[in-house]
Amino acid sequence: MDPVPHTAFIIAAYVAMAVVLAGLIAWLLFDGWRQARALEALEARGVKRRSAKDGAS
Amino acid sequence: MQTLTQRLANPTRFMDLSGRLLPWVAATGAVWIAYAMYLVFFVAPPDYQQGETVKIMYIHVPAAWLAMMAYALIAISSFGLLVFRHPLADVSAKAAAPIGAAFTLAALITGSLWGKPMWGTYWVWDARLTSVLLLFFLYLGLIALRSSIEDETLAGKLTAVLALVGVAILPVIKFSVEWWNTLHQSSTAFTSTVDPSMRTPLLISAVGFSLLFFALHMKAMRNEILRRRVKALTLSEVERSERLSASAVAE
Repeated sequence: MDPVPHTAFIIAAYVAMAVVLAGLIAWLLFDGWRQARALEALEARGVKRRSAKDGAS
Repeated sequence: MQTLTQRLANPTRFMDLSGRLLPWVAATGAVWIAYAMYLVFFVAPPDYQQGETVKIMYIHVPAAWLAMMAYALIAISSFGLLVFRHPLADVSAKAAAPIGAAFTLAALITGSLWGKPMWGTYWVWDARLTSVLLLFFLYLGLIALRSSIEDETLAGKLTAVLALVGVAILPVIKFSVEWWNTLHQSSTAFTSTVDPSMRTPLLISAVGFSLLFFALHMKAMRNEILRRRVKALTLSEVERSERLSASAVAE
């Protein structure tokens, strides 16, 4: 017998929230990593932003 | 004398400031959420009617709240783009759409899992549930519209117009439980109807998830700025190589 009624629904709700947020965080981190690598690759080929050429951040 | 928004309008300055703020906002949000979860599972009492099922409220309410707040942020950013041509407004609107969609999806799923044991059904086409589902489709529409137009400026403007038209969904969601006879309970009033033993964990959870939302939005904005830099540099590289080949042919 279920010691706490509707335990499965409570667990499922928290798991669903965790999965949605974990997926979002993972996608944002991967996207940031991908853009940073692409920018580094361009700069390594000598293609730089004007501010980078001027020595600014 | 520049105003704060004018100073922040510079993407390079925004990258610098957000790079310093982001770890702190994310860490503070994580600590608040962890503390809220401790209160939810070890301190907060069961509801006299719902029993332990009320624990779903501590994630469902913040998710639903942030689903609406994200759309309000998109609407404000869209207004900023169309009226003031703020350089970061379009970046902000674009970055908030998938995050808002994710929180709306979370609100729909957790609400459905709360509804089944309490109402006896996962879904009912009542005003509150249906209007939140429409909000989810609106987010998907904004994302799809933007990605279907190659011209970044045009895509930003058209998406901003759709976002401002769609803002009418927010009062419909908010007041749906008062305007129509719905299965969904009336809005949770933080100050009066919730007992303090449940209100405190709910407020802490809401603050924690809000901080997480701002951290995610900041990260998404940073990604978008980097993407635009990559795009601009790739175009300038292509133009440079075309100029070189043209001059080689001429010689």
